[in-house]
Amino acid sequence: MLKIWSMKKEQQKAENSDGGGAGGGAAGGPKKKKVTAAQLRVQKDLSELSLGTTMRTEFPDPDNILSFILYIEPDEGMYKGGRFSFTFNITPNFPHEPPKVQCREKIYHPNIDLEGKVCLNILREDWKPVLNLNAVIVGLQFLFLEPNASDPLNKEAAEDLRSNREGFKRNVRSAMMGGSVRGEGFDRVAI
Amino acid sequence: MPSGQVYPSSEPARWKYLDRIRTRAGPFTVPELFNGETSAEAQEKMKVLVIGAGGLGCELLKNLALSGFKDIHVIDMDTIDISNLNRQFLFRQSDVGKFKAEVAAAFVEKRVKGVKITPHNCKIQDFDEDFYMQFQIVVCGLDSIEARRWINATLVNMVDDTVEDSYKPLIDGGTEGFKGQARVILPTITSCLECQLDMHAPRAAVPLCTLASIPRQPEHCIEWAHVIAWDKEKPFPQLDKDDPEHITWLYQKALLRAREFNISGITYSLTQGVVKNIIPAIAATNSVIAAACCNEALKIATSCAPYLGYPDNNYMMYSGNDSIYTYTFRHEKKDDCPVCGVSARELQVDPKWTLQELVDSFATRPEAQLKKPSIRAEGKTLYMQSPPSLEEQTRPNLEKTLAEELGLVDGQEIGVTDPAFATVSFKFKLKFT
Repeated sequence: MLKIWSMKKEQQKAENSDGGGAGGGAAGGPKKKKVTAAQLRVQKDLSELSLGTTMRTEFPDPDNILSFILYIEPDEGMYKGGRFSFTFNITPNFPHEPPKVQCREKIYHPNIDLEGKVCLNILREDWKPVLNLNAVIVGLQFLFLEPNASDPLNKEAAEDLRSNREGFKRNVRSAMMGGSVRGEGFDRVAI
Repeated sequence: MPSGQVYPSSEPARWKYLDRIRTRAGPFTVPELFNGETSAEAQEKMKVLVIGAGGLGCELLKNLALSGFKDIHVIDMDTIDISNLNRQFLFRQSDVGKFKAEVAAAFVEKRVKGVKITPHNCKIQDFDEDFYMQFQIVVCGLDSIEARRWINATLVNMVDDTVEDSYKPLIDGGTEGFKGQARVILPTITSCLECQLDMHAPRAAVPLCTLASIPRQPEHCIEWAHVIAWDKEKPFPQLDKDDPEHITWLYQKALLRAREFNISGITYSLTQGVVKNIIPAIAATNSVIAAACCNEALKIATSCAPYLGYPDNNYMMYSGNDSIYTYTFRHEKKDDCPVCGVSARELQVDPKWTLQELVDSFATRPEAQLKKPSIRAEGKTLYMQSPPSLEEQTRPNLEKTLAEELGLVDGQEIGVTDPAFATVSFKFKLKFT
């Protein structure tokens, strides 16, 4: 028969001798709702979030930390002066699965399509459980500072950026003001 | 073939060879643990829980019953689909639509006389700790990481240092195509499933921009239809991957896309496979892994040979992808594991305290020493120091009393994080004074 009990005692003895020491006996009685690993991990990620002055969060329901909105207001680059918002939805499989992130406005950006899908490697093919929410928000911020023509999700915008940087900048300005580019209307995001 | 007729119903002969292993010491038996006089009887008294009655589950139930376990329970919420029949050999065509656990239990009970198999047609989450406490060994044949994490956390949380019977060895089998693994977890003693989360390869994904601009393979076209075209056109309010009409819509979209890029090879079944992320199950992989898991259960139950676990190897990986390769190793326990790295410590609190008083007490009490704690209970955010918006929203809670106004109860668990402890989080169990 398995001697798991004596193993534990042995292990504790070893720990105690190097100063560690396990806590006392757990209380008996009925057990209550446990804190799940996914929730605890999100809590940790949130308490380490460094938003700086250009980002803030909004929680529609503070008791549900798996779902929130991130606002980004770039203070430099071509998208300076805009306010962009993203929904974050975290599944119970976090951090095995990446958070689901979507831009709420229709914007003109080579790496964000008209439905708000974001092409950011760590949100999909390069996600790893060691990455955290901070890595994701840094990645999103970076997309506004350095839009990337080689990973296009909005092909027209990427083509504009590649062929005519100045024209692309003008398009960004007018799209941010709520104007249209090549007949496609965009949401006003300028503040 | 009629079942149940093949062997005589009372059949001591069937156990003859098993008894040679269970009752006689051999070169691998550990003398301090093995007792040939009692091991068979002890094993037969054990209650074993099998989670999942699918590809692995069918094998596990058959193997455990034929390895001398007499009291087996099985949980599965699923019903039998026609596509299961090629490998889930306890099911017949006439069983399609019935509960897997029920049919599997009845089949094995009929075929192996003297074994009692109790089916539970429900989710593992439907049971509480009292239910899991009755078993001595838990064997998992699951296909979902979420369910694995749940049972793992439950078994780890059940450990009570003062109750020997609260330690339940967890034997976990898993297969994906030609690959698989078998591992043994001794809750709080060895590395747990949460520690080993990074051993699960994340689903291979193709960059979104590849799907959007330069598809090269039929799979890219199907994924495009699935993640981009569907959201754009929303042909139905919610994608139901089991609805043939929805899959047909995706198939047609993918077909058009593939034509545009001169890609061939799109079929309805490929569409279904990509969308549902189906990796063809290999019956032989299931039997290899289930056999390994069952042997671990037999060895743990009888001590007839060393088993995976403490202090040595606890993880066996098997790969049949490229000829045959297996590697058995010790996966180290993680000190900062959110499930087994931090066992919930007891925290004496006055239920009349305000949350602010609890927060302040964390800084001074020797067992915590947390200067900037953020605190949550499951489903309830009590106080978060960051991000600022959440701090503002939860700040009013600081004035509220723990029991009456915040609704916390004696014995409730809370999760505490503090930026000063970047890698660890803490769990406390409130003990009202």
